[in-house]
Amino acid sequence: MQPRHTRLKEPLVHLTKRETPGFAASMLIRVAAFVLGMLVCGLVAFLLVGKLQKEPGRIWEFYNCFIKGSFSTERKLWSFLKNIAVLLCIALALTPAFRMRFWNIGAEGQTLMGVLAAIAVNFYLGGKYNPAVRWPEWSLLVLMLAAALLAGAVWGLIPALFKAVWNTNETLFTLMMNYVATFLVSYCLIKWVPSGSSSLGKLSSGKFPTVFTGLSKPAYSDYLVIILIVLAATALIYIYLNYTKHGYEISVVGESVRTARYVGISVKKVIIRTMIVSGLLCGLAGYLIGAGLDRSVTTDSVGGQGFTAIMVAWLAKFDPLMMILTAGVIIFLNQGADQISTSFEISGALPNVIIGIVLFFIIGSEFFINYKLNFRKREPKEAVR
Amino acid sequence: MQPALQLKHITKRFGRDVLANDDVSLDVYKGEVLAILGENGCGKTTLMNMVAGIYFPDAGSISIDGTEVVIRSPKDAFDHKIGMIHQHFKLVDIFTAAENVALGLKGKGGNDIKKVNAKVEEIARRYGFHIDPKKKIYDMSVSEKQTVEIIKVLYRGADILILDEPTAVLTLQEIRRLFEILRRMVADGKSVIIITHKLNEVMEVSDRVAVMRKGRLIDIVNTSETSEGALTDMMVGRKVNLNIARSEPVDPRPRIEVKGLNLSDAEGVRILKNVSFTARGGEILGIAGIAGSGQKELLECIAGLQKPQSGEIIFTNPKKNRPVTFFHKQLGQIRHMAAQGLFHDPDGNAVKLGGLSDKQVRQLVQDEKILFNDDEVMSLRDKTPLEIRDLGVKLSFVPEDRLGMGLVGSMGISDNMMLRSYRKGQGIFLERSKPKKLGEDIVRDLDVVTPSVRTPVRRLSGGNVQKVLVGREISSSPKVLMAAYPVRGLDINSSYTIYNLLNTQKEKGTAVIFVGEDLDVLMALCDRILVMNSGAVTGTVDGRTVQKEELGYLMTKTHTEGEND
Repeated sequence: MQPRHTRLKEPLVHLTKRETPGFAASMLIRVAAFVLGMLVCGLVAFLLVGKLQKEPGRIWEFYNCFIKGSFSTERKLWSFLKNIAVLLCIALALTPAFRMRFWNIGAEGQTLMGVLAAIAVNFYLGGKYNPAVRWPEWSLLVLMLAAALLAGAVWGLIPALFKAVWNTNETLFTLMMNYVATFLVSYCLIKWVPSGSSSLGKLSSGKFPTVFTGLSKPAYSDYLVIILIVLAATALIYIYLNYTKHGYEISVVGESVRTARYVGISVKKVIIRTMIVSGLLCGLAGYLIGAGLDRSVTTDSVGGQGFTAIMVAWLAKFDPLMMILTAGVIIFLNQGADQISTSFEISGALPNVIIGIVLFFIIGSEFFINYKLNFRKREPKEAVR
Repeated sequence: MQPALQLKHITKRFGRDVLANDDVSLDVYKGEVLAILGENGCGKTTLMNMVAGIYFPDAGSISIDGTEVVIRSPKDAFDHKIGMIHQHFKLVDIFTAAENVALGLKGKGGNDIKKVNAKVEEIARRYGFHIDPKKKIYDMSVSEKQTVEIIKVLYRGADILILDEPTAVLTLQEIRRLFEILRRMVADGKSVIIITHKLNEVMEVSDRVAVMRKGRLIDIVNTSETSEGALTDMMVGRKVNLNIARSEPVDPRPRIEVKGLNLSDAEGVRILKNVSFTARGGEILGIAGIAGSGQKELLECIAGLQKPQSGEIIFTNPKKNRPVTFFHKQLGQIRHMAAQGLFHDPDGNAVKLGGLSDKQVRQLVQDEKILFNDDEVMSLRDKTPLEIRDLGVKLSFVPEDRLGMGLVGSMGISDNMMLRSYRKGQGIFLERSKPKKLGEDIVRDLDVVTPSVRTPVRRLSGGNVQKVLVGREISSSPKVLMAAYPVRGLDINSSYTIYNLLNTQKEKGTAVIFVGEDLDVLMALCDRILVMNSGAVTGTVDGRTVQKEELGYLMTKTHTEGEND
């Protein structure tokens, strides 16, 4: 019997998997995706922003905002670098857990606990030493650091224990821990600020000492300290993951729990240990925010960076060195979007739309890195009978 | 005569380097069984996937009954009355047989389940299947699931049936029944294409054989005019000796004794029922049985990966008159054992370490002056893999699931070598140079085909993956080597490499435990064969004298008469 439809056409496109995408080729695809995303952003902005439609020439100003947002003034450049450092620190914290395929989405809460612990120490002890003891000023900073690290580690350890002992779902668990952390901060604020304004204000104690003099503002010294600490942490995590026995165990557990068991790796121990490392780094990030930058705490101290960091880690495929780049791209887009809202006097969601579009293109490009599109070679006319 | 299916100059590439099919042309006629024979990775399945609409050819054409067609999807293939039964079944577990058959048939006889039931029964009667259309898939054996897949294809009116390695999961009896059904189908005017790499099945069931090698069609011959030997030579491309050199065991002594082992899973289902046996050094003990009879769990119990509820696993370390080493005894232990009078010196006098300094004792150990009086006997039950290792038991295990358990797929060969040894040495850093050296040695000695020792092992072919795994496991010169289905999915050359490696280990005095599925291989390789059925030992036979029928009988025997071995 003849089939009903005999269409002698090759499919228009079919997909084939690339064997090994080269580094140069995949970077080229990513850059192309970024450029394409930017072009689409311009188009969307043109369609939505009245000012642009009236004066189409301002589209250059639109793109220029991205450069201006991060590089136009010394202040913007410093905040660009500082923001990268903080975001990178949280992304680094997630990396050991993610390499173990432990989907920790609780970095927001773990970091917030770090902020809270550092500020709590500062609040209770700052400037209130027993005059007889006379501890030096830096001992407060050390105590704050210890408290932040401990708090982050505990917040990481709790879901790890539940995962190791009862095999609970770590994604839900860590997510829920975020809310617990937020409400703990609310509670503390109500307790600490009896007036009910629920805003703590900047504490006067617990300042970073000005290590680098000669910079145009004392705050830049704090920024530089933060950047250097995070760079050191990046190097340490890179070495920890790639050159130590612990890092090797993390990779094995991440790839296959059964392989780990087969060679006698205690999966429980690795999960717990790794989440402590993860939590410690979140605590460090919390310390940098709480002690180095804000000297205060609010429920929004981390500002969603715990979630943005997930993207930073993923885009870099959990490679700490690549994360410097991906964190840079995200901060670059953020600051550019802020600049756009100032320059064009747009408030609301458009800046986020722009960031979303570009990220969508970058993430989408992974598909074209792994697969090749084969287009129909024959002319359809010849083939159809 | 007009061919029912005609492939002309089919070519298919994957990526830049892999030419899966190179200019393959082939005809299939009505009323014949065509076997497509070839080693793993020769492109048999790729070729048929193009006929079934899963892949699209880069070049070439496909004709049905003389008319050129384009098959873009499995649905197109069904429209052209082509049906493929894949190696991995695609069934919905919680549906019945008939529901699975009707699935996806929009208004073409898929809506009324009673009619479907009746038609399924009619098809079953016509070709001699045994099937209950109302039975749920999760209640079915592998063979029944395969039957559902075949009926699904017939129900859609397929005239050309393609079966990909249909016998891999079946028992001897089930294979016979399947072949009878296939013969009835061709008598009914259908065309059957069967993809396989098993020669005896080709000889038994096919009318013609198409032999493929490295993506090319080597030849198509009439089955009646060829022999297994000729087909092998075509398949491999050179003369192959199909004999396994089996040496007589030298001084076999008990190495692993398993006594009354019982294991239940989390749901309380009994996986192992009172299993007892002895594996001896210098001997290959085969374990035969239908897949899922508890072989895997038995090996995992011995390796310390499962905790049996009762029973004993006794390991005898052949240490008599051999020097003690720091590999498995620490200084304190050696002192303690010396105090108990367990050692002697090369002259036969008892070793007394009282009064000697630690340094002197270390020197004695290094000079191999402290010898064991007797073999060491220890229990391995309820020990973790690490504890077993720390006891100094050199136990190697080649698990069935190579990439899911034995190796880490995303890591290269050298990093996979470290799996067993990365803990060695002080400090927190990894020592990568020795594993790399070991990896390079294995690549060279076992002819592993890989771009480099850093290439992720997931990208290697099945045979090469297995060589890497077996190579690592024997590199520690084990006292016990357990291998579960070590040649599954491997081509002839790789299989024989693995058999030779096992034989070499046996000659070195290792106790080899080999879980296999091919009875011919078990009978050619093993000194003794233990047969299991649903978790119990149904018999132990001599590998040299046993008949295939006897093994087949023991594999399906349900009652056990007390203790075996």
